[in-house]
Amino acid sequence: MMKSKLVYSLVVALFAALLSPLAAQAGDLVVDQRFVNKKEIAVTFAGPVDKAVAGAVANYRVFEEADPDIFLELAKATVAEDGKGVVLSFASPLNTVKTHVVEVKGLAGADKTVFSVSKSYLGYLFGILISALLINNFVFTKYLGLCVFFGTSKKKSTAKGMGVVFTIVMVVSALMSWFFFNFILTPYNLNFLQIVVFIGLVSLTVQAVDTILRKVNPVLFNSFGVYLVLVIANCVIIAVPLILANNNYNVFETFMLALGAGGGFLLALYLMSSVSERLQLAKIPPTFKGLPIAFIVAGQFAMAFLGFSGLQLF
Amino acid sequence: MANDKTPMQLIARGVLSENPIFRLALSMCPAVGISTTVMNGIMLGIAVLFVQVFSSVTISIFKNLIHPRIRIPTYTLTIATWVTVIDLVLAAYLPEAYAKMGIFVKLIVAFAIITMRLEMFACKEGVKDSFWDGLGMGIGFMVGMMVIGMVRELLGSGAILGYDVLGFKPLLFFILPSAGFFVVGLMMAFFNWIELYYKRSKGVK
Repeated sequence: MMKSKLVYSLVVALFAALLSPLAAQAGDLVVDQRFVNKKEIAVTFAGPVDKAVAGAVANYRVFEEADPDIFLELAKATVAEDGKGVVLSFASPLNTVKTHVVEVKGLAGADKTVFSVSKSYLGYLFGILISALLINNFVFTKYLGLCVFFGTSKKKSTAKGMGVVFTIVMVVSALMSWFFFNFILTPYNLNFLQIVVFIGLVSLTVQAVDTILRKVNPVLFNSFGVYLVLVIANCVIIAVPLILANNNYNVFETFMLALGAGGGFLLALYLMSSVSERLQLAKIPPTFKGLPIAFIVAGQFAMAFLGFSGLQLF
Repeated sequence: MANDKTPMQLIARGVLSENPIFRLALSMCPAVGISTTVMNGIMLGIAVLFVQVFSSVTISIFKNLIHPRIRIPTYTLTIATWVTVIDLVLAAYLPEAYAKMGIFVKLIVAFAIITMRLEMFACKEGVKDSFWDGLGMGIGFMVGMMVIGMVRELLGSGAILGYDVLGFKPLLFFILPSAGFFVVGLMMAFFNWIELYYKRSKGVK
C-alpha cells in the first residue's frame, strides 16, 4: 500500500516536471508559434491583444537567427476574430529549416516581445528520411539505378538481398564520403576531385564489405555475395555522395539520406519483384515480353509515387 | 584478336545493331530521366560521346601497361577523370544546359556502357579502332537519346528543339517525368515488333 502510494506520487512529480516548461511558457504572452506553410507563421496569444497593434505590419521585425541584419519582408498580418492569434504572411517563401526570430513592438503594453519559431530538428531529420524513401524515391522519381533495378527484380528473394546489400554499402560509403568531403576536399579546395574520390571510396567500401562479410558471416556472404559485384558500377550509390556534397549536409542528415535512399531502393525492388513474379504467369503479347512490359509497370509505379509529392509530415 | 571492321562499320554497329539504349539496354537512367527534350538528349549525348572516345583511346594506349587484375579500378578512375573534365567544361561554358541536366553529367561515371566498351573492345584493340568504336557507341547513345527526346517533346509540347511544329499540345502527359518509362517501354516494344515482323516475312519461326 505504502509502496504504491510512493510510486503514485513519483509519477505525479514526474508529470509535473515534464509539464512545468509548458506552464512557464503559458505565463508569457505568446502561447504557441509555428510555421503554417512556407509563407506563413501562426502565433497564438494567451489573451486578446490590441488588434490595431497586432495587425500593423510595421510593428513586426522577422529575421533568421543566423542573419539578424536581414529582415524578411512581411506582406500581411491577419489578426483572429477574438484577438487571440495572428497569422503573419510573408512576401517570399521562408526557409522553414532555419530558426526564425520574430520581434513585435508595443504588444500588450510591453516595449518589445521577442520569440523564435523553429521546426524540431528530429522532425527535420525524419523529413529527409521520408523524402529520400518516398517523395524523391531514387528509382521512381529520380530515375537512378535502373540497370540493376530491371536486372535483379525478377524474384522476391533476390530483390530483398540486393536491397539490403545496397542499403549497407550506401550508408557506409556515404558516411565515408561525408568525412572525406568535409575534412579533406573542402579544406584543401579540392572540390573538383569529387567524382574521382567518391567513386574510389564506393569501390573501396564494396571491397571492404566483401572481405569483412566473407570472414565474419560466411552464410550471409553466400546469399548476398553475388550482388556485391553489381553494386560497384551503379549510379544510385554514387548519387548519394554527390547529393550530400551539393547540399552541405551534416553527418546526421547524411546518414538519414543514405538510409532513406537505400530503403527506397529496397522498396522499389521489392514492389517490382512482386509484380514480376505475377507477370511470369500472365499472357503478354510477344512484342512486350521482357523489358518493355517491365518498363510499363515501372512507369505505373512512378505515377503512383507522384502521389507522394505533396507529402509533408513536419 | 585483330579487328577486321572498317571505321564506318564500327560506327554503324554502335548506332544500329548494338545501339546502347535500344539493343543493349544499358544506361537506361538518363534515357528515362532527362530525355524530355531533344536538346537535353544532344547535350548529354555529346558529354557521353566525349567521355567514351577519350576513355577508349586512353585505355587503348596504355593497354599493355595495365595489369589484368586491377583493370576494372583503372577503367573506373580513367572514366572518372574524363567525366570531371567534361563536368567542369560544361559548368563553365554552358551553365544553363548544365543546370538542366543536373546530377546526370556527374553520373556518367557510373554508366555501364562505357565500362563495357573498355572491357570488350578498347583493352584488346588498337588506338585507331578504339577511337572509331568509342565514336560509334557515343553517337549511338546520342541518337537513342534524341529519338526518345523527339517523341516526348513532340507529343508533350508539340515542338522540336523548342520550335513549335504542331501548333497544339497533343498529350501533356509525355512531358511528365514518369512518362519516360512508358515512352522507352513502348519504343522497345515497337522495335521488337519490327524484328518479329521482319522474321515472319522471311519465313523464320
